[in-house]
Amino acid sequence: MAKIITSKEAAALIKSGDSVMFGGFVGCGTAMGVVNELAKLGTDNLTAMCNDGGRINPDGSFYGIAPLIHNKQFKKFYATHIGINPEIGQQMNAGEMEVVLVPQGSFAEMIRAGGAGLGGVLTPTGVGTITEGFEYVHSKVNIDGKDYLLLKPLKADFAVIEGFKVDKAGNVCYHGTARNFCPLMATAAKTVIVEAENLVEIGEIDPDNVVTPGIFVDYIVYDGGNK
Amino acid sequence: MDKAQVKAVIAARAAKELKDGDIVNLGIGIPTLIPAYLPEGVKIKLQAECGMIDAGGPPTAENADPDHVCDAGGQPSSIMTGGAFIDSSMSFTMIRGGHVSGTFLGALQVDEKGNLANWIIPGKTVPGMGGAMDLVVGANKVIVTMEHTAKGNLKILKECTLPLTAVSCVDMIITEMGVMNVTDKGIELVEIHPEFTVEQVQEATGATLIISPDLKPMDI
Repeated sequence: MAKIITSKEAAALIKSGDSVMFGGFVGCGTAMGVVNELAKLGTDNLTAMCNDGGRINPDGSFYGIAPLIHNKQFKKFYATHIGINPEIGQQMNAGEMEVVLVPQGSFAEMIRAGGAGLGGVLTPTGVGTITEGFEYVHSKVNIDGKDYLLLKPLKADFAVIEGFKVDKAGNVCYHGTARNFCPLMATAAKTVIVEAENLVEIGEIDPDNVVTPGIFVDYIVYDGGNK
Repeated sequence: MDKAQVKAVIAARAAKELKDGDIVNLGIGIPTLIPAYLPEGVKIKLQAECGMIDAGGPPTAENADPDHVCDAGGQPSSIMTGGAFIDSSMSFTMIRGGHVSGTFLGALQVDEKGNLANWIIPGKTVPGMGGAMDLVVGANKVIVTMEHTAKGNLKILKECTLPLTAVSCVDMIITEMGVMNVTDKGIELVEIHPEFTVEQVQEATGATLIISPDLKPMDI
């Protein structure tokens, strides 16, 4: 049964050297409470997996996982797009952080494969490009005359995601494009932390509307509603 | 032509490629201008790889929900009545699985084999590929919309020099100078903007153009 904790307690579960998947697209769907507490702790040497590195808002505030990037808490970062946050390119060029770029659709399927017990993903995406030599590509495979790349699954120690409505059994429903990678990541990590925007009683979410069943969730973060 | 006119010409011509009911993914920049030029009676559904089908564009004050609804650039967006929110796996099932009619996107370089480069300039900028590599492999039609040259540097080439986004994926190129189809024999100029001559277009192109016997003025 999922345990209800604060974002501060959740952040303290993550230790230096751990691998962490962060849900979110630029910041939409990112568990900002846990991210901000993790930034305060300064836990370093993390291997992070997230679509992107968030951004700095026009008012100077951070969005998405940008606080962790600017704190230099990642030793390695799997992402699909890093152009929105120029700090990433600077750390990459300075050799402070290793960045592994993955096509967005491949990133989704590699996480899905990791959570679904599959040995890999076969995709036409990336054939004939420099990504053929990237670390997550196992080999090139020809099936019935067409080339595919065989990609390795992605797994992590932690998944940190946001849920719009979470019941006390950990059942999650999402809202809007904040869903993105969250349901996939919830299946692919040893420990899954869901930050609840709204915490409800068991039974308040129609089973038809549960996207991530509570069996995947280890911790529900609730700070009394962070939005 | 000034910068704004260049963009308007490209977007207006690109919009003519769309049919009623098309499902379309638009890249950043010029492609986002295309919906403003849709011909009368043509309604399309926009797919946004961040997780929605039938995206509605920038929100109004009433339907703004920036914590939950963003576009593929991470900016606040909205959804049309009848649309759907989807996870990233479903989003790329649509894209990679051939369920998107077309994608319009910019390019750093395109070559006569239809190879596309638009995600990295080694040693300079590495924005990453985002969804582009999946889009150009999976969408039924790939249309590059871009300025014909970049500050005088050629972008339509015999062979791309930058790392590729995908091999032989581009179907059509629309620039302020004209419309080109990528064919088995090379790049064929099929429409030309009246402000330019064939010689001028060729001069601004690194590959030898095939001039269509049916060359028409650009349909804008």
